Amino acid sequence: MTKPRTLIEKVWDAHVVAERPGAPALLYIDLHLVHEVTSPQAFAGLRARGLRVRRPDLTLATTDHSTPTTPRSLPIVDDVARRQVEQLEANAREFGIPCFGFRSDRQGIVHVIGPENGLTQPGMTVVCGDSHTATHGAFGALAFGIGTSQVEHVLATQCLLERRSKTFKVQVDGVLRPGVTAKDIILALIARIGVGGGTGCVFEYCGSTIRALSMEERMTICNMSIEGGARAGMIAPDETTYDYLYGRPFAPKGAAWEAALERWRKLPTDEGAVYDKEIWIDASTLEPMITFGTNPGMGIPITAPVPDPMSVTDPVERETLVKALRYMDLEPGKPLLGHRVDVVFIGSCTNSRMSDLRAAARIFKGRKVADGVRVLVVPGSQPIKRQAEAEGLDRIFREAGAEWREAGCSMCIAMNGDELRPGEYSVSTSNRNFEGRQGKGGRTLLASPLTAAAAAVTGRVTDVRTLL
Amino acid sequence: MSRFERFTSRLVPLLVDNIDTDQIIPARFLKTITKEGLDRQLFYDWRYDAEGNPRPDFILNQPRAQGAAVLLAGDNFGCGSSREHAPWALTQFGFRAVISTSFADIFRQNALKNALLPIVVSPEIHAALREALERDPDYTVTVDLAAQKLILADGAEAEFPIDPFAKYCLLEGVDELGYILQHEEAIQTFEREHPSPVNTLAPT
Repeated sequence: MTKPRTLIEKVWDAHVVAERPGAPALLYIDLHLVHEVTSPQAFAGLRARGLRVRRPDLTLATTDHSTPTTPRSLPIVDDVARRQVEQLEANAREFGIPCFGFRSDRQGIVHVIGPENGLTQPGMTVVCGDSHTATHGAFGALAFGIGTSQVEHVLATQCLLERRSKTFKVQVDGVLRPGVTAKDIILALIARIGVGGGTGCVFEYCGSTIRALSMEERMTICNMSIEGGARAGMIAPDETTYDYLYGRPFAPKGAAWEAALERWRKLPTDEGAVYDKEIWIDASTLEPMITFGTNPGMGIPITAPVPDPMSVTDPVERETLVKALRYMDLEPGKPLLGHRVDVVFIGSCTNSRMSDLRAAARIFKGRKVADGVRVLVVPGSQPIKRQAEAEGLDRIFREAGAEWREAGCSMCIAMNGDELRPGEYSVSTSNRNFEGRQGKGGRTLLASPLTAAAAAVTGRVTDVRTLL
Repeated sequence: MSRFERFTSRLVPLLVDNIDTDQIIPARFLKTITKEGLDRQLFYDWRYDAEGNPRPDFILNQPRAQGAAVLLAGDNFGCGSSREHAPWALTQFGFRAVISTSFADIFRQNALKNALLPIVVSPEIHAALREALERDPDYTVTVDLAAQKLILADGAEAEFPIDPFAKYCLLEGVDELGYILQHEEAIQTFEREHPSPVNTLAPT
């Protein structure tokens, strides 16, 4: 009998092209997603060496990061951003790569469009010059972010030099209480293990709570694996995965679908397989989570007080917390509940899918955005935008006083003109609360779409459970 | 890529944990389509005030940082995004090594591909370096990659780990893409035996 293997090991083993003693493995990549920010220097590198893209048929480009979310009929007013978007489209044409460009009706955030089109499938290796590539792990794919040098390697060879990661089992059991979401699970995990807790590892999320989640909720969890330090996070495929994939544009059809199902059903971790690390989370005790500091590990249950640096013994750790609270202008020991909010952002590769928009709309319906609060709702892709409009969600947002915008990364990374002003507080459904992440001097509180919508209609940090 | 040689340098302390890539180079500077000119944008929001004037209290604006090639940072340096602009900005400023107790995975890989050496030391060595700097801001260390040693001013040595392949590439100036391209035959064999699960060029 062969040694029992984890999902992570099975996908890894199936993609090793070559392995020499002392050297990293040469790993084959099944799908390479490309966007405007991390690829121009890689295409320039190919050109300088006279190389072509080896597998344009395993590559897909889209524009999302620098892409405005103003109406598409308008030009891109930032010349530097416009040049970058145009450069991507020109590179795609020159190298024969399919591109869902700026004005495509399939454009969207790179980690939204892969799954949406059925390109992300169980057992695949997926890479992109973006750390939130971990999102695709929700399908049982080994998916991770790479730098521009590696983008060039994959474009040229469809391969990467990689070392095997450690395996980290994250088991989540129990029934979530009302108002508690997938976002709260992942924020709670990161608050427990810290932003470096998963360094060197790939997470595998499992347990009854994970099994009960939809694909969109699973994507929210896998998406933020990188915020826990892990380059990838995976969930074994099951009937929920197959139901989601069936009939999508690039999903296998007919006999190929049956053959794929047979392959995919062999992927889940074998009985008796051993992980390098493990953690267990009781989902039934979780509360809605919110971050107070300047990294995603600085998270607390929404009813809890902001931690006090005086209780930290390590000097660098204490100084880090002091610096974070100074930047956020928050007082230790006081609760965040009731704190003023200037902007609410609902969107990003973490939380811009239909179920996120529906959850937010449920809070907005029949309510108004609080005076003085700006609310941006940014769908993850053009198809999501159309679907939301077909369901009338855009009307609910607009009638409440929120902005309903075009698809893109928007205020998650604030490269496209959607940004906070210095000193403003946002409650954001995105994934990072680093200093200046949403605009220079801006202060980000990360939370779920429900909690963000609750802040929008009250103008304060609010426990959404009081509005349900 | 040029070969990574042994060198001696002053240390620039930036003693905060979890320094993320948005601090190393803010996202608004990533709209460039080249690799050049990123040194001024390094740690921009910590380095310059709202009017773009250098903040005198920030270490990179102080004389001791000029010409220094080693950054001493807090734990989990380089967490956050996959932007390779972070090591590009650090090396363009003049850094050739960063010392920390740990590095984020993607940053570490990106750094190694740009001849920026991530040196992992124990908390004890890290504390010793901090104390040495408090006594003498001009304190120097020697980085010897071949021996995998950090040689301190008093002659004490601290070994550091490094991936043997990355070490070989840095010391010999190996071009990684060139190395991968040598595997053409193995790649072709793999592609023959493993039909692709998707085709992004297929009409849908």
